[in-house]
Amino acid sequence: MSEHLTGFGLGMRRPHYRSYIEGTAPVDFIEVISENFMIPGGKPLDTLMKARRNYPLALHGVSLSIGSADGLRDDYLKELRRLVDMMEPAVVSDHLCWTRIDGFNSHDLLPLPYTEEALDVVCRNIDRAQEALGRRMLLENPSSYIAFPGAMTEWQFLAEMTKRTGCGLLLDVNNIHVSAVNHGFAAADYLAGIPMHAVGQIHLAGHVQGEHLLIDTHDQPVPEEVWALYRAAVALAGPVPTMIERDDNIPELEELCAELDIARGIAADERIAA
Amino acid sequence: MSLLNLQRDFRDWLVTGEDSAAAALGGGPGTLVYQNNYRTALVSSLAETFQRLVLWLGDEAFEAAAARYIDARPPSSWTLDAYGEDFTDFIATLWPDDPEVAEIALIDWTVGQVFVSPDAEPLAPEALAVADWETAVIRAVPSLLVLPIATNADAIWQALATGETPPGPEMAERGTALLVWRQGLEPVFRRAEAHERDVLAWSAAGQGFAAVCERLAASLGEEAAVTTAGTLLGRWLGERMIAAVG
Ligand SMILES: [Fe+2]
Repeated sequence: MSEHLTGFGLGMRRPHYRSYIEGTAPVDFIEVISENFMIPGGKPLDTLMKARRNYPLALHGVSLSIGSADGLRDDYLKELRRLVDMMEPAVVSDHLCWTRIDGFNSHDLLPLPYTEEALDVVCRNIDRAQEALGRRMLLENPSSYIAFPGAMTEWQFLAEMTKRTGCGLLLDVNNIHVSAVNHGFAAADYLAGIPMHAVGQIHLAGHVQGEHLLIDTHDQPVPEEVWALYRAAVALAGPVPTMIERDDNIPELEELCAELDIARGIAADERIAA
Repeated sequence: MSLLNLQRDFRDWLVTGEDSAAAALGGGPGTLVYQNNYRTALVSSLAETFQRLVLWLGDEAFEAAAARYIDARPPSSWTLDAYGEDFTDFIATLWPDDPEVAEIALIDWTVGQVFVSPDAEPLAPEALAVADWETAVIRAVPSLLVLPIATNADAIWQALATGETPPGPEMAERGTALLVWRQGLEPVFRRAEAHERDVLAWSAAGQGFAAVCERLAASLGEEAAVTTAGTLLGRWLGERMIAAVG
């Protein structure tokens, strides 16, 4: 197996491909969307293969659909396994959500009700995915715009899920903030309920204020509230590989790296404080 | 409510956008965010796949066509890139009197497919070493596709792709076809010459070089048939279209 993730990374996005291929981007690891590379061949795979020689890699999926009541798809797992074997990533992750039901695929990260039934479904699917991939996965907390009545909070659900399946967590600090504002819970309660030993990676991103709700757009710099929450998270979790997701309105690489320096600074402060 | 039923209700809301479906999810502004995300992601995926079609139709007409497609064909594949698979046929039904529109879409789609098709090392012209021409079969690279077209959509596409003023739509000669394949990492296409489609099709069916020449001879005569087949092979090798001969 390949190296562990450490330090500070970025999502590898097209405008910056050259810097990753040449190995000049000053980051400790890169993350890509798995599905963009679950293809037979050609330039995208060639690019990733070259970048991969320079940086440890995280594969981040959006279509596993771990919360589907009708289970996972064999063909998806097979294709993902093929990519994992080819790229030997340090981390394979997806989201605590669902995207597919019956023959329909929404291509959006849809919310789950935090019920005992959903927990059973999710854990069964995680067991199956981890077996098919031959490795542990990280599951990311989503941002959401609807909260269904359920027996537990999102953090209780995540804690129970990691306990039952042995999976790890990809903690998206921006998503915690977005959902906390949208659903009116305290982000501090959320952090306090997360089993920090299970957190294998942290995401940072920006959002926008919609008419009624915060919308997780990944098209803005990381805002102050998210930095504050990041500080609180690393105080609890210790050093965790951290990266910024920027999917739209993508600035120069230097600008993202400057943002990443803020994360480095916060993590260093908290290490001293500890 | 069971998880399965909740997920089916959610699907119904995304697909139909009807108030009753939203009510089943509890209504509220959050349902609209998901509705909007769903449609936006699909439209922008189609616009990404069909870039030249967007330029030809203009944003407004393209988005209207995309919206009708989304209503008619909810996505089923797990990769968003596959969502445009039926879009060309759908476009053909929307512009029945403008055949170039669907053909521009077809070229967009095909070039996208070829872009990510399986890798193969092309046979270098100087590496051609055939022991027995009698039985040797010409094997094209796996990305090669033959695309019959009825209009000058190829010229329009090319002009749109390079930012030039596209020519007006015209019908092409009967039997016109494009060869689309990948040279290294870059998709390319050009119109097929006379006999090119035949020789490629016969070779793809496993016929050896001698048999291909014999079939060509029926229309060209024996000598011209061998010259033609040889010239075509030379051209293809130079264009990195051939994976093996043997
Ligand atoms: Fe994230």
